[in-house]
Amino acid sequence: MNLEFSPEEIAFRDEVRSFIAENYPKNQEGSGLRDDMAPEDLTAWHKILGKKGWSVPAWPEEYGGTGWTPTQRYIWSEENARVNAIMPLPFGVSMVGPVIYAFGNEEQKAQHLPGIRSGDVWWCQGYSEPGAGSDLASLQTTAVRDGDHYVINGQKTWTTLAQHADWGFFLCRTDPDAEKPQQGISFILVDMKTPGIEVRPIKLIDGGYEVNETWLTDVRVPVENLIGEENRGWTYAKFLLAHERSGIAGVARSKRAVEQLRSIAANEQLDDKPLIEDFDFARKVSQLEIDLAALEITELRTLAGEEAGRGPGPESSILKIKGTEIQQRLTELTLEAVGHYGTPYYRDVPDAGSNEYPIGPDYAQHAAASYFNMRKTSIYGGSNEIQRNIITKMILGL
Amino acid sequence: MDFNFTEEQSMVRDGLTRLVRESYEFEARRKVIEGDSGWRPELWAQIAEMGLLGMPFSEEDGGFGGGPIDSLVVMEEFGRGLVVEPYVPTVVCAGGFLKHAGNAAQKEEYLGGIIDGSKVFAFAYAEPRGRYDYADLETTAKKDGDGYVLNGHKAVVIAAPWASHLIVTARTSGERRDREGVSVFVVDKNADGIVTRDYPTVDGRRASEVYFENVQIPADALIGEEGNGLPLIELVTDEAIAAHCAEACGAMKVAHEMTVEYSRQRKQFGTPIGKFQVLQHRMVDMYTEYEQSVSMTYLATLKLGEEEAERKKAVASAKVRIGQAAHHIGQESIQIHGGMGMTDELAIGSYFKRLTIFDSEFGNVDHHMKRHVALASG
Repeated sequence: MNLEFSPEEIAFRDEVRSFIAENYPKNQEGSGLRDDMAPEDLTAWHKILGKKGWSVPAWPEEYGGTGWTPTQRYIWSEENARVNAIMPLPFGVSMVGPVIYAFGNEEQKAQHLPGIRSGDVWWCQGYSEPGAGSDLASLQTTAVRDGDHYVINGQKTWTTLAQHADWGFFLCRTDPDAEKPQQGISFILVDMKTPGIEVRPIKLIDGGYEVNETWLTDVRVPVENLIGEENRGWTYAKFLLAHERSGIAGVARSKRAVEQLRSIAANEQLDDKPLIEDFDFARKVSQLEIDLAALEITELRTLAGEEAGRGPGPESSILKIKGTEIQQRLTELTLEAVGHYGTPYYRDVPDAGSNEYPIGPDYAQHAAASYFNMRKTSIYGGSNEIQRNIITKMILGL
Repeated sequence: MDFNFTEEQSMVRDGLTRLVRESYEFEARRKVIEGDSGWRPELWAQIAEMGLLGMPFSEEDGGFGGGPIDSLVVMEEFGRGLVVEPYVPTVVCAGGFLKHAGNAAQKEEYLGGIIDGSKVFAFAYAEPRGRYDYADLETTAKKDGDGYVLNGHKAVVIAAPWASHLIVTARTSGERRDREGVSVFVVDKNADGIVTRDYPTVDGRRASEVYFENVQIPADALIGEEGNGLPLIELVTDEAIAAHCAEACGAMKVAHEMTVEYSRQRKQFGTPIGKFQVLQHRMVDMYTEYEQSVSMTYLATLKLGEEEAERKKAVASAKVRIGQAAHHIGQESIQIHGGMGMTDELAIGSYFKRLTIFDSEFGNVDHHMKRHVALASG
């Protein structure tokens, strides 16, 4: 047992590190993803990686994957987190892409995979509904066969960044009489320009607009857009959720955020000393680092299992629970660190930091918004309560 | 022992409950806080007319002879409705400085205006570097002829955009963090040399960065003794903390009620989510936190008139306990509301945000824990 990277892995790390240093868009360095960015900024790195052939590392090589080992993929995400890179959005690369190459037909693969790899086609996810959140299988949106089309009616919600989407993947009920709610659901690809689709932004508590309600009224979609078999969509959706969960621990990003927190706390003063020298505060940062170390090794053990051919099992729920709790705690401590300057609502004050009379230090500007926004992480992707149910059932056997 | 409110206090509460229900329905509040000015001077006038702004002042000062418990009643109702109007800055802070240390002329000049609603105050104490230490001041007031010259920068001054006057803390002598040499002034916000940058706050209020650039103030702007302002500031901010604790209790109560109600309505897996025991117990914990917070608010409020060490310890205890409860209840409210809790559409997010910011006002949990440790170890 050892934790060292092999010489080959170190060489790989140096290679990707210098590639990132040379190619990551200079105007985006360190900025991280924000919902109010222009769409071309959100996909800039994706497009560069697409040209390099590194946009879909986890895919099978025949579909454009890099053939990296799980450890190499881990190194890749670490190195990107070091510059807070805006990674390819997950909806194409991590969600619908794998479903298409695993269950789609040859025409669907030829039509959709290149645009996902290159970053030219923007995807969104039509899963949740107002009445179907944690209980996703109770979804009500219907797709009714009419000749060589499906006619889709219903309402989806929490469709992330759908305001920019070219295509969406939707779960629709095709057999309302199925015995169990999980049966009778189909997985359908929808061109977002099809008449009858209306995307309405949802304002979140941080003031941002990253999610939407998507209304579908008599949306006619060619039957060729069905993935796999009719009424088998739940199987594909579950496959996708397993992919969504890997990487959800966000270890690399949290490590960077801890560094940022330390640097903020070194700038802030308490009793004429840097806040980070205050034992009460430093103790909380250390607690976070300890929790993060435990999570990191847990993730590495999961990766090692994958390299040995064991897919991520229900224990990935631990990664989701602990990963999101740590992300939330980080933003909470950052807000605490900035003191009074966590109070201004910077979003409504353009150029808050660049005026003759600035409002607080730059690093304070996203503190409250990030804290509010990150409450979502224990709710989305299968709420942390649902993750605990999975462990209860699948691991404890209760 | 008596934990009952007087008949008068109960009447005030009923009147306020009605006012908040009629004027502070969530969408009405949203319109106001997103509007140009961010508050309703006409509502402030109405509150003044109800006599609420005069309650904690003695009859000889033109008030109704009440005290901190009256402010508790008001702020608890303000918290329930997330009322943004500046009761704490104007009545508790400015009113507090004036009633404890103002001279006859100052009381004459300002208290009437506070009570009738015509003078609105903000309390400019925080500075970019000082965090929660009231003596850590870079703002200076230098003697100049008969008066003083103010220079400095005050941070996140709540309600300053609405204020006609400011209470300003400044150093008149000594080094930056000395306990001696701190003084308190009342300043007309329109005085030459005051520059403000106004902005909204994440919890729906308004605040300003306030810059003083060679602001000339007269000698009679000084409240209390020159250089001996710190004990007075500690007293008044303890009173403000008690009032904010009451506000937090009001907000926590509503957040808890909304969450329980949502868990009754929201169905998943064919059953209201409130039937899931894991959520039931979490809502019980929220309720317990709320009840402990009410107790601590009473403790702090009732000890405001006691000798200094006892008062400080009670207030620090309350701020620690309620700071923790406010985080707990805020976070759990959002979690149990699920995705809907993340939306700006529901009121619960606004309660969460107010309860978040409560912690950093007048010192957070860590600050008051240290204060408690120091007091407890004598």
